[in-house]
Amino acid sequence: MKDNTLDSFWLPEPISKIALHSDKLFYVELWGTCLILFAIVALLIYFICKYRITSKRRVACNQNDHNNKLEIAWTIIPTIVVLILFFWGAKDFLSLSIPPKNSMEIKVTAKKWMWTFEYPKANKQTVGELVVPINHPIKLIMSSQDVIHGFYLPNLRIKRDVLPNRYTVLWFQAEKIGEFQIFCAEYCGDAHSNMLATLKVLSTDDYNKWVKQSEENVINEIPLNELGRKLYKSKGCSACHSTGISKMSGPGWGGLFMSKKQLENGDDVVADENYLRESIVNPADKIVKGYPSIMPTYSGMLNDREIDAIIEYIKTLNEQK
Amino acid sequence: MKTEINYLNCSKGLKSWLFTHDHKRIAILYLIGIAISFLLGGVFAMAIRLELLTPDQLIVSSKVYNQLFTLHGAIMVLLVIIPAIPGIIGNFILPLMVGAKDVAFPKLNLWSWYFYMAGVLLSLYHLSTGAVDTGWTFYTPYSISTNTSVITVVTGAFLVGMSSILTGINFLATIHMMRIKEMGWFKMPLLLWAFYATAVIQIIATPVLGITLLLLVMERVAHIGIFDPALGGDPVLFQHFFWFYSHPAVYIMVLPAMGVISEIIPTFCRKKIFGYKFIAYSSIAIALISFLVWGHHLYVSGQSAFASMAFGLLTFIVAVPSGIKVFNWIATMYKGAIDLRSPFLYVLAFLVLFTIGGLTGIINGTLSLDLHLHDTYFIVSHFHYTMMGGVLIAFIAGLHYWWPKMFGKMYSERLARITCGLLFLGFNITFISQFILGTRGMPRRYHNYLPEFQSLHIISSIGAFIVGLAFFMMLYYLIDSLFRGKKAPNNPWGGTTLEWQASSPPVTENFDQTPEMRELYKYKSKDEL
Amino acid sequence: MSSTFTKKHHVAHHFENADQEFKTCKVGMWAFIVQEVLFFSALFVAYAVFRGFYPDMFEHASSLLNWKLGFINTIVLIFSSYTMVKAVKSAQLSKQKSCVNYLIITFICAGIFMVIKYFEYTAKIHHGLMPAEWFFASSEYPTLHLFFGLYFTMTGLHGLHIIVGMGLIIWLIKRAKKGEFHKEYFTPVEMVGLYWHLVDIVWIFIYPLLYLL
Repeated sequence: MKDNTLDSFWLPEPISKIALHSDKLFYVELWGTCLILFAIVALLIYFICKYRITSKRRVACNQNDHNNKLEIAWTIIPTIVVLILFFWGAKDFLSLSIPPKNSMEIKVTAKKWMWTFEYPKANKQTVGELVVPINHPIKLIMSSQDVIHGFYLPNLRIKRDVLPNRYTVLWFQAEKIGEFQIFCAEYCGDAHSNMLATLKVLSTDDYNKWVKQSEENVINEIPLNELGRKLYKSKGCSACHSTGISKMSGPGWGGLFMSKKQLENGDDVVADENYLRESIVNPADKIVKGYPSIMPTYSGMLNDREIDAIIEYIKTLNEQK
Repeated sequence: MKTEINYLNCSKGLKSWLFTHDHKRIAILYLIGIAISFLLGGVFAMAIRLELLTPDQLIVSSKVYNQLFTLHGAIMVLLVIIPAIPGIIGNFILPLMVGAKDVAFPKLNLWSWYFYMAGVLLSLYHLSTGAVDTGWTFYTPYSISTNTSVITVVTGAFLVGMSSILTGINFLATIHMMRIKEMGWFKMPLLLWAFYATAVIQIIATPVLGITLLLLVMERVAHIGIFDPALGGDPVLFQHFFWFYSHPAVYIMVLPAMGVISEIIPTFCRKKIFGYKFIAYSSIAIALISFLVWGHHLYVSGQSAFASMAFGLLTFIVAVPSGIKVFNWIATMYKGAIDLRSPFLYVLAFLVLFTIGGLTGIINGTLSLDLHLHDTYFIVSHFHYTMMGGVLIAFIAGLHYWWPKMFGKMYSERLARITCGLLFLGFNITFISQFILGTRGMPRRYHNYLPEFQSLHIISSIGAFIVGLAFFMMLYYLIDSLFRGKKAPNNPWGGTTLEWQASSPPVTENFDQTPEMRELYKYKSKDEL
Repeated sequence: MSSTFTKKHHVAHHFENADQEFKTCKVGMWAFIVQEVLFFSALFVAYAVFRGFYPDMFEHASSLLNWKLGFINTIVLIFSSYTMVKAVKSAQLSKQKSCVNYLIITFICAGIFMVIKYFEYTAKIHHGLMPAEWFFASSEYPTLHLFFGLYFTMTGLHGLHIIVGMGLIIWLIKRAKKGEFHKEYFTPVEMVGLYWHLVDIVWIFIYPLLYLL
């Protein structure tokens, strides 16, 4: 999705051998469908032209109403074809479903409306971004904190529901460096269509660097408001807050800084730095009137510089007004 | 000129309609209720396609959009497609076709309609108390926690389910016991085989929906917990219960549709239907096997790979009898004498669109491919091809075929042909683009989408507006026929089934004289054309 | 003794004769019975699934139910099925008085069933053994409310069917008193009889599953 140049007409670029292999069956069935359809349409057109009713021929001359041999043949042949397709698909399904033994495990947590990832081996956590090394089998162990979500990676042709109080498993091996789209595929409420994430496939070297590198170093290199803009997208804020004044699940950030807000309990506040910080770390404490109290806390998920960055970014959205 | 007395003019006044026991009047009552529901569901569809012209919000917020697609689905599936052919065509034609004066249980039939309308009214009412936003599938735990009027609409759905069950009981008993003496099982029209198989499914599957909806209400009210993971329950169990009904439900939709097609084709090809016995047996086979495949809706739900494989195999097997019917129908056309008037044009549209729907069903049913395609626009397109391009078009074909019988009037053949072409064109534009959106990874039930999908969405929406236009044209020429249409003869198409021996429209008791059993699907050249 | 008077039955106009009418009603009634079985069956499936998830909790929970009261109810219902059969037979033999009497006894049995049910329910409510919304008993099993959710749903739905049956029996008693049922026409009695046997059979499955196992 991020780089579309290698997508085919029908399918996004496959980034694993298994996905590429699975596409073969898709094309067989697609073109088979087109062939059968073409044959049926051709036959229909031919028949309605050739056997059109005329004043001379007002009843069919040939009242042949069954032919056992033909009927048996056109039952058995499709059954065989269909069984072949089934077994082919089942075989591919099993290889798409059963993770290899040496898979690297990553924990996926879904909640309305963001994805967080925990890397036990690397002892890291990311929000909105799944970082993996190239050419290594990855096993995702997934669960939800609220309703059913669906984890969908089109470029890898895989999808699995993510359930509350249970774990479901998905595996893949990404064989191309780049950034690829992750969607939520199981309807989960208001911001379902904003519950996006990115699969980041790094070279083995870059991945190792990423593991070693603490978040601080990367983040300290970027100016605050630019970092804030990146975090707005990657940490899931964009799922519920617009950068203008339009109302989504949460208030818009356009013109937010230093504006007066009325809270649910009737109190008035000014949206200054402290208010914004509190809203990020302890969102349930001060809910703006007219909005549901559904924002998850980012406490522990953003460090101080990141929180500063977001606040700075929000400030820039005043000027855009 | 003396106006003949028939079932329409024999008594006047609202009460004579609302308390009627006449199956023909009940069919018209269903027609009105279903037309209203279809209009509402259609308006929601237009709103959805309008919203989707741009990747971000255009006319409605995400919350409202989610309500729109939920209602469009729930209304179309539960209030239109499931009841349409049995409620309208079945109620009107079935007793005539068996040579009876009415269905087995006329009072129960009226109650079926009352339950249906109660469902319609509750659904309309709930729009004002918080329209549901759960998707028509009501998956838990979202449907337990959402603060929209789930209980109201689910009660409406429960009542509509009762309507369906009572109709099934009525049709089963009527076909089983009330055919005229000469009409043995293998001498009865294929539409009756279709309704019989449908009744079996209505009776066995619908109660499971009923109890599932009841349990959902218990979840919201009492928190019984069986579907709520926070209380120790299993949300996937809900999916199993739901689809145990909802998959056979698509055969409640499609079997009558196939029955209608099996009646129109021989009449318009002036030729016996090819493979009568096979079509009859395959209807029953489809009804029975349909109960074994529900798990193909759950391939990615977290169910075991073994379960997915078992359901997948059965799914492919059930596809075969449905597919073969298409061969039988085309073989009937071979060396026939084909009359291309509008009912048959709609049948041709059905043959193409249903074939596409069925074959793309094979693609979805393929285990490996469904991992990519599930919950994308590919699925949306597949079920629109089967339910709309298949069932709805077959219903329209049947409505046009039996319209002269029901109302004693002929509609404008010219407008019908133009509308058919427009509908076929618009439908394909709308939904071929959605196949492509799906394979490219566009998920369904998305209010906002990535900009790269926009051009296909615009094409799809244009197609949808053409479809909307076609339906308004249809509404126009059908209603116009009631006032300005030519008087219809008893048998405008030259059919051989018993209903054509009644007058157009029939008298209340159906037949002026006891109907005479003719050889089924045997056409004589001196039939009126 | 044979009936004092019988009201002639008029076959509905859309049927050819009384025999077709009777047989058709039977087909319809059996179809209705099948759908009722399917209606309850999902509950039994849910029971099986959750018993599989929480076997110890289920065993403990069923010990909290009063198996003796349940047993009395089982006997009462089986007996009422017997009296219902006798009522149908009486109608078939044009024995109006005994038909009415057997129907009354069936009704009373149903009443006893509901009264015992009432006592069972109030005891559970008193002890807080309820679905999660109203559950307040203390227990070592955190999912105990699941059992009681199923218990109340299954027995509650069954009880609702008993009440509907009682209404139907009253209707039959009224008509039987007017002499409407005799050897030429006893269809409603037979149909309600079928319904009543269904309600009895459902209980015969509920009782051991919930109370004994």
